[in-house]
Amino acid sequence: MRFIQEYRDGELVRRIAGRANELLERLGRRVKIMEVCGTHTMAVARHGLKSLFKENLDLISGPGCPVCVTPNSGFAMVFQAAEAGKTVATFGDMMRVPLNGRSLLTLKGEGLDIRVVYSPYDAIKMAVEEPGREFVMAGIGFETTSPLFASIILRCREKGVRNLSLISLFKLMPPVLNALLEAEDLKIDGLILPGHVSTIIGVKPYAELVEKHRVPAVVTGFEPVDIVESIRMILKQLAENRSMVENEYARTVRHGGNVKAIRLMQEVFKPVDSEWRGLGVIPGSGLALREEFRFFDAVEKHGLKPVEAADPQGCLCGEVVRGSRKPVECRLYRKVCRPDNPVGPCMVSSEGTCAAYYYAGL
Amino acid sequence: MAGRIALEHGAGGRLMHELIGTIAGRLNSPSRGVDKAVLHTRTGRIAFTTDSFVMKPPVVNGCDIGMLSVNGTVNDLVTMGAKPEYLSLSLIIEESLESDFLMSIVESIGKAAKNAGVKIVTGDVKVVEKGGCDKIFINTSGVGRVYRGVNVSTTRAKPGDAVILTGSIGDHGAAVLAARGEFQLEADVQSDCAPLTSIVEALVRRKAPLHTLIDPTRGGLATSLNEVAESSRVSVEIREEDIPVRDEVQGFCEVLGIEPLYLGCEGRLVIFVPQAYAEKAVRVLRRLKVSKDACVIGRVVGRSRMGEVWLRTRAGGLRSLPMLHGIPLPRIC
Repeated sequence: MRFIQEYRDGELVRRIAGRANELLERLGRRVKIMEVCGTHTMAVARHGLKSLFKENLDLISGPGCPVCVTPNSGFAMVFQAAEAGKTVATFGDMMRVPLNGRSLLTLKGEGLDIRVVYSPYDAIKMAVEEPGREFVMAGIGFETTSPLFASIILRCREKGVRNLSLISLFKLMPPVLNALLEAEDLKIDGLILPGHVSTIIGVKPYAELVEKHRVPAVVTGFEPVDIVESIRMILKQLAENRSMVENEYARTVRHGGNVKAIRLMQEVFKPVDSEWRGLGVIPGSGLALREEFRFFDAVEKHGLKPVEAADPQGCLCGEVVRGSRKPVECRLYRKVCRPDNPVGPCMVSSEGTCAAYYYAGL
Repeated sequence: MAGRIALEHGAGGRLMHELIGTIAGRLNSPSRGVDKAVLHTRTGRIAFTTDSFVMKPPVVNGCDIGMLSVNGTVNDLVTMGAKPEYLSLSLIIEESLESDFLMSIVESIGKAAKNAGVKIVTGDVKVVEKGGCDKIFINTSGVGRVYRGVNVSTTRAKPGDAVILTGSIGDHGAAVLAARGEFQLEADVQSDCAPLTSIVEALVRRKAPLHTLIDPTRGGLATSLNEVAESSRVSVEIREEDIPVRDEVQGFCEVLGIEPLYLGCEGRLVIFVPQAYAEKAVRVLRRLKVSKDACVIGRVVGRSRMGEVWLRTRAGGLRSLPMLHGIPLPRIC
């Protein structure tokens, strides 16, 4: 299949991995590379890529899984909306997130109206078809998702759809990367930058980060050849004592990103300080609806409260999200916490680090 | 057991296996939760199995619930090393179902039975109030004679066995997902639903030393291999590049972020035979239309107390391939 099979060519992957291993040997020390995006974590697991590299390469997973980085207070508002009798429209990933021993799936089982949508546009369709019902969309995701919701909000305003609102829990990538690179305990040697997010925001926003923290970073696609090549590029920068942003995913990512999507996002949302699981509040790292779109703000419209909830005892999701601990270091992992009985969000989403580790048999 | 039954208890993954085990335990059933039984009689061994069919929607590209209800039970008998002979048929019909539609399902049941060489010898019809079921539910039970000298079981896979797959995976699962239309994806995917009777017949005629036969339905190839690995206490390794997946199915899965390895098939068989016989078996299989794409996809590499399945990926990596957990949910980005 074009654009897939040629990027999974085992011969090519092995050749690139071989060169990466030479560089690893030359560096002769532990190299810690973070794959920021959850889809990368998944791809690394799915294709068994860790097994291709020398021991001194440490691949750690970052805060790139939308469900995982959302704090409990955010989930609490989604649950409240459902309990208040609103119809919640959400992506499938959210259904099994546990909160105080419950999940949207169990709420649905109790008879509350929760609908899984694949495209958020389905939410508008439902809202138009059932005007007597209040719909609430759970707005979770990064720069990849927020422009889509921005266009939905604009469409609602244009069509006069009044029974649809949004809980904006959207997050921005560059501010969290800055926070991670500033963390003393992490000491990240290189970044595998998220391909999808970069398709929207382009390469530019990373330049400042890389300059400030002197860390090699490569915008990366999602197939085995992409990821292995990106690791090689990062190692090469390290070996040559360089640090810059390179674009491995040029077949999709333009330097300036997707201008139209950025404009949509900026028209509807404004950056605000935002809380992340495991990382606390990071300045300017979230998106809130602008004043003129307040009518679509579910939090205000339905009086939702960001109630804090304690994480289940022993759950390390917070540390896993920021890459300071690995799933295998969690006492619950595999024993109690499994994809069919997730204790924390990192085991729920297919992009979650714990789920990826589980499926990779680690 | 506490709590409520979730949809995942029927999704073919670990939860379902645990539930069935619990039920069998409560009933003190000698079946230990296996959905098929071999009854020893003076005139030989009789294979006996039952299955209920719910399909949403009841018609997909290449298959409907009628055809599935025949082939599903026929194939269960086939995996016991039996020649399917007689079926029972029970229909649970929702009030207000169009009779034309019902008749089209009945016709397809008739066609499938003829095609599989089985007779429907007893049956029942119930009609429930609107909302009491979803259009139509079907139960079929089947009996057949186990071929003389054949002794297959999921417990009999042995180190050194080759793993043979009779065709592409994921076709039925993808066709059902596509027909649901929830994803608004147009995909030219077609169910592989077919009787596997001729496959075992041909292999038995050639005196193939069969160890294990399993049809990768719910939970897909990955889940079936895990069942065998656990029951036989072996470690199985398969190679991704040797597993046939149609381009349309692969593309459909890539878009949804699911793996064909976990999508159900309704016309495929996984066969464990000693390595030395593998080549001959594949030759025999390729002569049949239903298994013309048969190939060796891996082997049993050793013993393992818990049972394990490994996948050598196209990219050259090695990863574990666990059972399906829950219902595959589409992801965010």
